[in-house]
Amino acid sequence: MPEFTDLLFFVFAGLTLLFGFLCVANPLSRNPVTSAMFLVLTIISMAGLFVLLHAFFLAAVQILVYAGAVMVVFLFVIMLLDLKEEARRKLNRVALTAGVLAVSGLAAILVRAVTAARPAALALKAGPLAEGDTAPLGRILFQSYLLPFEILSILLLVAMVGVILLSKKDLR
Amino acid sequence: MFETLFSDPTVQFIAFSTVKILVVFGVVMTFVAYAVLVERKVSAFIQDRVGPNRTAPPFVMKIPVIGPFLVRCGIFQPMADGLKFILKEDFTPDYVRKVYFWLAPAIAVIPAFLTLAVIPFGSQLSAGPGAQKMVIADLNVGILYTFGIVSLGVYGIVLAGWSSNSKYPFLGGIRSSAQMISYELAMGMSVVAVFLVVGDLNLGKIVRFQAEHGWMILYQPVAFLLFLVSAFAETNRLPFDMPESESELVGGYHTEYSSMKFALFFLGEYANMIASSAMMVTLFLGGWSLPFLGEPAGSLWGGLLHLGIFVAKMLVMLVVFIWVRWMLPRFRYDQLMDLGWRRFIPLALANIVVTALVLALVDGWGKGT
Repeated sequence: MPEFTDLLFFVFAGLTLLFGFLCVANPLSRNPVTSAMFLVLTIISMAGLFVLLHAFFLAAVQILVYAGAVMVVFLFVIMLLDLKEEARRKLNRVALTAGVLAVSGLAAILVRAVTAARPAALALKAGPLAEGDTAPLGRILFQSYLLPFEILSILLLVAMVGVILLSKKDLR
Repeated sequence: MFETLFSDPTVQFIAFSTVKILVVFGVVMTFVAYAVLVERKVSAFIQDRVGPNRTAPPFVMKIPVIGPFLVRCGIFQPMADGLKFILKEDFTPDYVRKVYFWLAPAIAVIPAFLTLAVIPFGSQLSAGPGAQKMVIADLNVGILYTFGIVSLGVYGIVLAGWSSNSKYPFLGGIRSSAQMISYELAMGMSVVAVFLVVGDLNLGKIVRFQAEHGWMILYQPVAFLLFLVSAFAETNRLPFDMPESESELVGGYHTEYSSMKFALFFLGEYANMIASSAMMVTLFLGGWSLPFLGEPAGSLWGGLLHLGIFVAKMLVMLVVFIWVRWMLPRFRYDQLMDLGWRRFIPLALANIVVTALVLALVDGWGKGT
């Protein structure tokens, strides 16, 4: 049923945009915890978009890593801060207008790019779709892109060691 | 007209899925109610008491022999408990953050039920092409879905602790977020070894593998042990119930909650226990199979038998959960973190490396065996 998945795309895309907006510029509550929770909802709706693309692994990892782990740590830190000052701050009109302008500019470029690339996109659709299963993904990662993958892993390791170095005051 | 409507595969799919969801939900809710009773009876047995043996609707005591027996077993206690939860005053202190205070119990319950969607409760109810698989959603990334949903479960507790806006719940919430993230890592790494052996993430296929080659606990005893202990931490059960720990934090994250909102946390905890028991049975204890009953069922009765086997194994794991709670004292918080990060995660990593080495060096092992 193509119509149904199309409908779902618009539902998830709309939700992603709505939650994303409420995350950065919520008119009802200026509480950082509310913003963090809306970011979690944004991430979950994006996982829905991944599912529609048959990228089940990405969808699951998106929720597992970002919504389930990174955001919990975010929340952990936000809750430990004194939020009264932050919650009292009003919406910055200038920043909001600038943000809306920037986003609409980006959106315009994106729409332009997509419409310009339409024939090519259709050709891509006719070709074989990359399946979202884990085995093909692993094969691609560990055969075609082994070196970039390993470099990225080392980068992450370096970042982790760096964080521990910076946060520990007395190393010796 | 009804016939033509029902021959449409989409309609069939929706109808069967709805029935499966309703049945699983109903059965799990009943299990939750009676798990509480079992918990009280087991604790009574361990502490040399009698346990609940008085609650009875008025007419039951009139039935000879059976009536008094049922009452002594405490069969009617869960109904009284449920009624009590509903009828008690639902008190909301005026210093709480209202929206999150109301949302938190719901967020705590929902993930526990969502994880049950990918668990294969049985093989199938009849043979042939139209056979219904006894799983609500047969996902190819089944276990990753479970971990994703489980990782969302922590929000309920964290938000409850924060929104209560007082010291002890807050400490409970903070503790739970750190504890659950830590043990999620150990849990996730422990199952990687299982997938190395099976070569698939689909839970149904993992059960089929075990039906053909023997239970996973024989191949991966270390992974099972890691998973079991991590499951205790993930469900906030003793000896790892730091977020609650009533002797130091009053009631932990649910101190400010009463009535039905408290009941939802309670329900979430037991539903989580059931979900993780089901998970352990699926991953390590052969799912619906027995060593001499490995073939997918060819008839309705065979299918029901497989369902029964699964439920029986799950109940055994539930009793293990309950038994441990009343036998072990609570860990200290630093001991808990030490165990998670400095013992379990290295052990799980070592287990993965050893499994991978064995798979690579020994012929005829793992994928395709």
